[in-house]
Amino acid sequence: MDDIKYTPSQPQVLKYDADKDYGTPKSDSSVMVTLNIDGVDVTVPEGTSIMHAAQLSGVTVPKLCATDSLEPFGSCRLCLVEIEGRRGYPASCTTPVAPGIKVKTQTPKLADVRRGVMELYISDHPLDCLTCAANGDCELQDMAGAVGLREVRYGYEGENHLGQAKDESNPYFTFDPSKCIVCSRCVRACEETQGTFALTIQGRGFESKVAAGNHNFLDSECVSCGACVQACPTATLMEKTVIDAGTPEHKVTTTCAYCGVGCSFDAEMKGEEVVRMTPSKAGGANHGHSCVKGRFAWGYATHADRITTPMIRKSIHDPWQKVDWDEAINYAASEIKRIQAQYGKEAVGGITSSRCTNEEVYVTQKLIRAVFGVNNVDTCARVCHSPTGYGLKQTLGESAGTQTFDSVMKSDVIFVMGANPTDGHPVFGSIMKRRLREGAKLIVADPRAIDLVENSPHVRADYHLNLRPGTNVALISAMSHVIVTEGLVKEEFVKARCEWESFVAWRDFVAKPENSPEALAKDLGLDPQKVREAARLFATGGNAAIYYGLGVTEHSQGSTAVMGIANLAMATGNIGREGVGVNPMRGQNNVQGSCDMGSMPHEYPGYRHVSDEATRALFETAWGVKLSADPGLRITNMLDLAAEGSFKAVYCVGEDIAQSDPDTQHVIHALENMECVIVQDLFLNETAKFAHVFFPGASFLEKNGTFTNAERRISPVRKVMTPKNGMEDWEITAKFSEALGYPMHYAHASDIMDEIAALTPTFHGVSFKKLDEMGSIQWPCNAEAPQGTPTMHVGEFVRGKGKFFITQYVPTTERVNTKFPLILTTGRILSQYNVGAQTRRTHNVVWHAEDRIEIHPHDAEDRGIQDGDWVDITSRAGQTVLRAKVTERVQPGVVYTTFHHPGSGANVITTDNSDWATNCPEYKVTAVQLTKVNQLSDWQKEYRTFSDTQVELSGMDPHTVVF
Amino acid sequence: MEVEKLIHMANQIGDFFEAVPDEEEAKVEIAGHLKKFWNSIMIKSIVAHVQQQQGAGLHPQVIAAIQQHIQA
Repeated sequence: MDDIKYTPSQPQVLKYDADKDYGTPKSDSSVMVTLNIDGVDVTVPEGTSIMHAAQLSGVTVPKLCATDSLEPFGSCRLCLVEIEGRRGYPASCTTPVAPGIKVKTQTPKLADVRRGVMELYISDHPLDCLTCAANGDCELQDMAGAVGLREVRYGYEGENHLGQAKDESNPYFTFDPSKCIVCSRCVRACEETQGTFALTIQGRGFESKVAAGNHNFLDSECVSCGACVQACPTATLMEKTVIDAGTPEHKVTTTCAYCGVGCSFDAEMKGEEVVRMTPSKAGGANHGHSCVKGRFAWGYATHADRITTPMIRKSIHDPWQKVDWDEAINYAASEIKRIQAQYGKEAVGGITSSRCTNEEVYVTQKLIRAVFGVNNVDTCARVCHSPTGYGLKQTLGESAGTQTFDSVMKSDVIFVMGANPTDGHPVFGSIMKRRLREGAKLIVADPRAIDLVENSPHVRADYHLNLRPGTNVALISAMSHVIVTEGLVKEEFVKARCEWESFVAWRDFVAKPENSPEALAKDLGLDPQKVREAARLFATGGNAAIYYGLGVTEHSQGSTAVMGIANLAMATGNIGREGVGVNPMRGQNNVQGSCDMGSMPHEYPGYRHVSDEATRALFETAWGVKLSADPGLRITNMLDLAAEGSFKAVYCVGEDIAQSDPDTQHVIHALENMECVIVQDLFLNETAKFAHVFFPGASFLEKNGTFTNAERRISPVRKVMTPKNGMEDWEITAKFSEALGYPMHYAHASDIMDEIAALTPTFHGVSFKKLDEMGSIQWPCNAEAPQGTPTMHVGEFVRGKGKFFITQYVPTTERVNTKFPLILTTGRILSQYNVGAQTRRTHNVVWHAEDRIEIHPHDAEDRGIQDGDWVDITSRAGQTVLRAKVTERVQPGVVYTTFHHPGSGANVITTDNSDWATNCPEYKVTAVQLTKVNQLSDWQKEYRTFSDTQVELSGMDPHTVVF
Repeated sequence: MEVEKLIHMANQIGDFFEAVPDEEEAKVEIAGHLKKFWNSIMIKSIVAHVQQQQGAGLHPQVIAAIQQHIQA
């Protein structure tokens, strides 16, 4: 910065510092403007505020209501400046730069005005700085110092806002109105950053105050994302953990362990204790925003239910025996050896999880392929996004989403299909809402009215295609039919970029009369005119981007739908640049990564088939063993064979198949049939209740590694505390491998990444060192793309030419009839995550303490069901009981529930029907009947008893352990 | 593995490729899919079912694909 002061005539390259607050957002203009601030020439993009330009050049202008995540507001009057030749004292936050202007940020007059402003603020502020939770981290305090406030002439006796009651209703932060300076940063953060509009300034003048709804924060629309807390310059909105522990003394940047957005967070620490997690501004995925899970719900990592000692037992009816690591690992190894000797090599396998780091997944699949000697490794992506991997590989050539999250800011039409971003991927949902408020058009295809349809302020779907569950492929065919028959195909793009023959076959197929919206109207349950209009909008509305989720993949035709989506994008030329693309919304943080790392039974890392001679030779040389060319068993195949008695042992790392996989009774039967179930997890999860070996795992705060999010962004996970279980998870797997006679020589997770990079072309350029330098990297990253690849398929598809596939609609065999007249579909909610093992062990339960069954008022009335009643849900697979929520969000004939609580037994009713290509379960369509009852189902009662017994066998108290 | 389940799965694969206009190509695709994604235990079961039970329950095109393009 000194250079700027002393060489004012030289144009400066001004660098951004992630930790600095520039006061107002950055301008993206390519037109540069030079002005003079305090005697120094500064060149910045047109549209930059004077405040931002000053901060860039190293001059700090006092400010309170400005922060660079929000649009300027100009209310605090502290940032006033003088501009030569102009009258008055303009606010530097709201005044843009202009060529040649001369700005002074410090003059005696400005100092006088600023002191006056601060004097007024402080006259109505509690002077308890020494005991205040924001002491040392308060912008008001800083500004009082900066302007040289030495006295408050008005005294403190007059009318004031002191002594107002604190709102402590939110479990994670407090609102103390007596410390509020009404700068509106929280209100604006709620609007601009989060898009919820839960906060407002109530009253006028002296009466003005920040208000959340009519009562308090918890009862308001607030989603507890933390944006307001982050924006607050004082102690008004303050994390309860900081109030308890005091200010943090160091911070480490890491990556959230929840959803596929993969937000970057600063773990703010005191020694080895996390004081708070704050979203990092430099985070490539989240740019300083967060949701209630990542920001606040990390307490599970130190929850009393954590198991930190290894345990073994002969039978699942025996008490667990606590042992040391060597004994547990040697026992597990001896069991694997025994079982393979007795039942054959193929009788064992393993399951990785999207909750594991890339490095953990890599060593686990290596253990199974190289040491167990079989390809029986699968991952939980099997039950969520396996159709994405298959469908996008077939059509585009790579099993991954095509864009960055930021790409949505250049979209004109957003097509959300079977995804619920504001609940499932909230931080991305906020970016999407921002773009929608700017005017982008929205098409939502979902049987249920998700919040984006009409429940998000200033956002409304232009078309809500509330199709019948199970008819996605029919909808895609109908939309494609309109695009083809109305001449809306971008033929130039198709000719240049795609296999023309495949296009012609597809075009002729979708053009058939049976694929018209009119012909399919009955299956879809949609007005054909609406389908036509939505298709026209998609094809002609400018940059059109498709965002899809498990509502597309978890069907018997999940893979077909993914291919259909890729067809749509190619036919309309919406791929290969920003603002467009095919975007799978990945459920968990490392779905993309766990697939990249060779978790699928037929593929090595980098999506290369096990039968490919050259790839196999590469891994055989690197690993020094002979490898099998036979595709391994998928989770469902392993369970089927276990139920029949030929599959005997599974190493399950971070996954909870007993809760998350469909047809629970079948899963349980399979688990009970196995002789050695090894579970590696933080908690005694549902699968662990059927296990013989328990390896206690480490939380994301206790280990090093990487996660890869939905935009292929590899982000570092950094160890901020010593693992309570004694080891990082990859170390456990490596020791297990050693006990089986195959030592793995890694000293650190970075050594594993080096091996991955050496063996995987799309990762050749990735290393921990590069991640430290760049923050995060989007693969492919190699010699051709040393800085990574934000947008894929630019100029050419990964497979060369894009390939169209004919996507014939085949109705699912899971059909409604008089016995099962309703369709059950499933989804998730903002405050809970997946099987809930983490979030149920946090205060997030205040927002969602139980799973409920949503039912339309008509269907409820027919059955005499009222809101809150216990309702029996029976399917062909099983039955369970949940409390009813009567709502018009679901259409008549469709019921909906979440699956975050094991006692709900949502998967007791889902069937074993699955996707034709990948066996991804058809979670989204189950024919059911609902009847009013007054008690839990037999299964639920029996399971609760079983669960309590298992908790007791582990030495814990079922009354205190979270169920 | 329980052959009923394999029959259901193989028929689902057949349903997808039935839309391929060229019948020969469709059969190659069906067999290719099975070889690429099914474990040898599953392949053996379905081939045995075709050989011993004339593929009862399987769609004709799937039977033909297995007979012509898969060796157990």
